[in-house]
Amino acid sequence: MNGVFDLGGTDGFGAVGPTPSEPVFHEEWERIVFGLQLGCFAGGWFNIDSFRHGIELMDPVHYLTSSYYEHWLATFERHGVAKGHIDADELDRRTQEYLDDPEKSLPVHEPNPALIEFVDAVVAGGSPATRPTDEPKRFEVGDVVRMRSFAPHGHTRLARYVRGKAGTVVAYRGSFVYPDHSGNELGESPQHLYTVQFDGAELWGELHAESNTSSTFDAWDPYIDAIEHREGATA
Amino acid sequence: MSRTGRTSEEIAARVKALESMMIEQGLVTTEMIDHYAEIYENEVGPQLGARVVAKAWVDPEFKARLLEDAPAACGELGIGGMQGEHMVVLEATPEVHHAIVCTLCSCYPWPVLGPPPNWYKDPQYRSRMIREPRKLLAEEFGYVIDETREIRVWDSSSELRYWVLPERPSGTDGWDEQQLAALVSRDSMIGVGSVQVTP
Repeated sequence: MNGVFDLGGTDGFGAVGPTPSEPVFHEEWERIVFGLQLGCFAGGWFNIDSFRHGIELMDPVHYLTSSYYEHWLATFERHGVAKGHIDADELDRRTQEYLDDPEKSLPVHEPNPALIEFVDAVVAGGSPATRPTDEPKRFEVGDVVRMRSFAPHGHTRLARYVRGKAGTVVAYRGSFVYPDHSGNELGESPQHLYTVQFDGAELWGELHAESNTSSTFDAWDPYIDAIEHREGATA
Repeated sequence: MSRTGRTSEEIAARVKALESMMIEQGLVTTEMIDHYAEIYENEVGPQLGARVVAKAWVDPEFKARLLEDAPAACGELGIGGMQGEHMVVLEATPEVHHAIVCTLCSCYPWPVLGPPPNWYKDPQYRSRMIREPRKLLAEEFGYVIDETREIRVWDSSSELRYWVLPERPSGTDGWDEQQLAALVSRDSMIGVGSVQVTP
């Protein structure tokens, strides 16, 4: 979808204000949100791509004016309610209870060693996104390719600033879960993944790009339209 | 203040409400949430990436393996896992400076850097780093890169997790891995800072 989250090259946001170091969590609730994500994964509320899409579907003003972990909360709520795991009215009712009495206890519960083991397994092993495919590879390193230009309403990683642009394939990465299907809960549909390098001038125009800068973008096969020319061939 | 008008207290209450429902469903426990957060508060952070960099600086064969297959090479040091399943290390050279960004969300190599700082996740860095890296690095990070050196910014649009192997600074001949690792900052592995020998 075309949304405000797709920020590459947007002007006007102002100063970054970097910090040399930061606490991992700035508020206690951020720490809890961090943990709830694993619970959502364990409960099958979303995959990593549909998790991201739930954030993209936030109200754009809210997205730009809320913090990272509030984005997480938004996608938990969206998926939890949409899939029947969470009753929205009950969530509102309990929210008011905890607002009226922040010290009110959580439900009494026992430790669960299986959940600790789940955390340790996920942290140590992660969740690889590589998947085999029988589809042929269309591109080779060195190919000059043009990106497709499409604007689906659902999840895609095809950022606007690379659509229709020409770049050079600099790496083949293997075949991976395709987010345009996975993020819209249409299955994993593995696709070959390439890294494409673009000159700044191609993306922003000769007059407006910084000199001697380039950027790279990871593109699944369907993001790439066609070969403009192969390495060594005459353009 | 967000458009929803939620204060920090209201967000905290909403999070606690959701937590209470997920506890009842058996999806989380308070113990599990603490355990998970403590891993990133106490164990996984930029000091792990710094160890990898220092080893690469003193061990050319390890460096070659790191550039060829970063998850496997980091795994030799017991480093890896979630959000680092498909890491790719970019070697800074006198000709090319590398830096990372995620324009679409906030992808970042957790096993070597920990979860990202807020500025990395905010719209300012995500919008500008891809468009005007030289200006941004000079003005906001105090890191001036000569125009003769290419800046290549890697947008983490897939599950690949890029990070930077910075150049080893001069004046460190004979230093051991521990001394070298102490020099390596988070920023140098994002590509928004250099490695400096403090006089």
